[in-house]
Amino acid sequence: MLRYLVRRLLAAAVILLVITVITFFIFFALPSNPALLACGKTCSPSRLAEIRHSLGLDQGIATQFWEFFKGLFVGRDYGDQSVRIHCGAPCLGVSFQTDTPVLTTLLDDFPADLSLGLGAAVAFVVLGVGLGTVAAVRRGKAADKAAVGLALVGVSVQIYFVGLLLLYLLVDKLQILPASGYTPITEDPAGWFQGLILPWATLVIVYLAMYTRLTRSSMLEVFSEDYMRTARAKGLPAGTVVLKHGLRAAITPIITIFGMDVGALIGGSAVITESVFGINGIGKLAVDSVQNSDLPVILGTTLFAATFVVLANVVVDLVYGLVDPRVRLA
Amino acid sequence: MSLQTSPQPADVTTAPPPFLDVRDLRVHFPTEDGLVRSVDGVSFTLEKGQTLGIVGESGSGKSVTSLALLGLHKGTRAQVSGEIWLDGRELVGLPEQEMRALRGSTVSMIFQDPLSALHPFFTVGAQIAEAYRVHHRVSKKEARDRAVEMLRRVGIPQPELRVKDYPHQFSGGMRQRAMIAMSLVCDPALLIADEPTTALDVTVQAQILDLIRDLQEEFGSAVVIITHDLGVVADVADDILVMYGGRRVEYGTARDVLKQPEHPYTWGLLQSMPQIEGDVSRRLNPIPGSPPSLINLPGGCAFHPRCTYKGWVPEGRCTVERPELLAVSGTAGHIAACHLTAESKTQIRGDGAARAAK
Repeated sequence: MLRYLVRRLLAAAVILLVITVITFFIFFALPSNPALLACGKTCSPSRLAEIRHSLGLDQGIATQFWEFFKGLFVGRDYGDQSVRIHCGAPCLGVSFQTDTPVLTTLLDDFPADLSLGLGAAVAFVVLGVGLGTVAAVRRGKAADKAAVGLALVGVSVQIYFVGLLLLYLLVDKLQILPASGYTPITEDPAGWFQGLILPWATLVIVYLAMYTRLTRSSMLEVFSEDYMRTARAKGLPAGTVVLKHGLRAAITPIITIFGMDVGALIGGSAVITESVFGINGIGKLAVDSVQNSDLPVILGTTLFAATFVVLANVVVDLVYGLVDPRVRLA
Repeated sequence: MSLQTSPQPADVTTAPPPFLDVRDLRVHFPTEDGLVRSVDGVSFTLEKGQTLGIVGESGSGKSVTSLALLGLHKGTRAQVSGEIWLDGRELVGLPEQEMRALRGSTVSMIFQDPLSALHPFFTVGAQIAEAYRVHHRVSKKEARDRAVEMLRRVGIPQPELRVKDYPHQFSGGMRQRAMIAMSLVCDPALLIADEPTTALDVTVQAQILDLIRDLQEEFGSAVVIITHDLGVVADVADDILVMYGGRRVEYGTARDVLKQPEHPYTWGLLQSMPQIEGDVSRRLNPIPGSPPSLINLPGGCAFHPRCTYKGWVPEGRCTVERPELLAVSGTAGHIAACHLTAESKTQIRGDGAARAAK
């Protein structure tokens, strides 16, 4: 098991390295000039050269990449004698725009994404698997049709539509909830919860659909398995047959998708939700950085998100081994 | 009851009722293409300690019959009618809750393919213990000990270690042994084995059949063995029921049916079996054609499109008139549904023997 884990982690590291390289070089292939952007409207050639130098843009691509890569492990110092910015390991670089180390910004924004992503994920997986199970058991009946219909609606609507609709109804019109947004849980747990209800609900509506359908189809497939007939032939109660024997087998494809979704969500993929509800998260940071050609931040957010997706996959593989004994490898 | 619907000898009224008495069982499935009559009026009886072999091709209604005995059609779209009397209780109309209490404890089943019939995510021991705990109020430890004990009884070496294994860690034969251990864990009075040896190789088949027979003697259970292999029933069955298209075509003691088969379908099944003393170069003689549609059974005798001997019956009766199950003279309860006269059958059997001798 340990060897398996080490192998998986090594593979994950390779994937991350490849992603780093690709992102880095894609940026240089783009026709953008960060120095010019940083310089502003009134920019003299000498000032531009100065900025290019201080950002390290006057060096070759390979050198720049090497500096960046080295910084990941040993940290890095930016600027010249007058302005010095220290960026400790693992250094993802310093923002061209704000001169703060990217990692610091990322870690500042991360709790918002963690709260948003994890909270929504728990809710939609529980609800989705529950609804999907009910739909599968009551196949063809009213409950099934309702669940499938609900899923269809959820998968058809867009986040910016549901989000704004919810905001309008619950905050503006009915005034049941306060304006949503992110308050750190350490400051005000109640405010944290209230502010996230709508963002969570929005993500749940959108993601629920897929989990309901996935669970339903996976369950129906399992229901036709011989071992389910065996379970009934033993005289087990219907609930035990469905939940213990059925769900246990049907859950494997759901784990895979769930792992990737969670990884992506807490890595900052909930950009639209963030912007609809005014949450300053990593998604927003990433979009801003692309608009500003802020290479270190683009790299940082990409790597950060990729790390979560890759780690989530490692976790999924481990959980797989726990669920399905046939996967346990020597 | 008339002779047509029951194979019982005439003095049935004075004898105690049989342990298992299936009367005119019908299992129909409504589908978009029409009503599938998987089982259509099947009757048989079985005493404790006896073995009945139900024989037929795929789609003849054998497995659907066995699932009806377990009440596993309840809650599905299947329409079950007729009566199943088990030890004085009627099972067809029994509510699901009561049927559930019988499943696994009084009636239990060995399934065909043990790899797919055992849950891949639970250990063999856990699955056997679970079957025991459903019907007995015992601790997990006791149930586990019982599982080890059952594995030992079905001949699995080092049962206290193997109990922790998963089904995929067992060989095919061992899996079927584990399946048998699971079905016998509650000492069932009626054991149904649905093609218990089909998924196994020949050497293991004999072991499994021996095992079922030994355990039957030990537990005194009534056993129904469902198979397409007459060799298997010849080995273990006391009575044989031959099914075709969801109906009985021949029923009697194993001796009668195997020694003097009365139905061309039974002949076909016997001829399609390899014989160990037979000539190596002799080709197997399969039954031509394929099993009939259960929605539109052929008119008359359902077997007539595949029957080599329908020409022996005058006026094409086979295609228009369904033969009744009639008693074979000189036997106790041997019945068959065929228009061929006794003389024709004797002649055909004589010809067959002459051909085989050549």
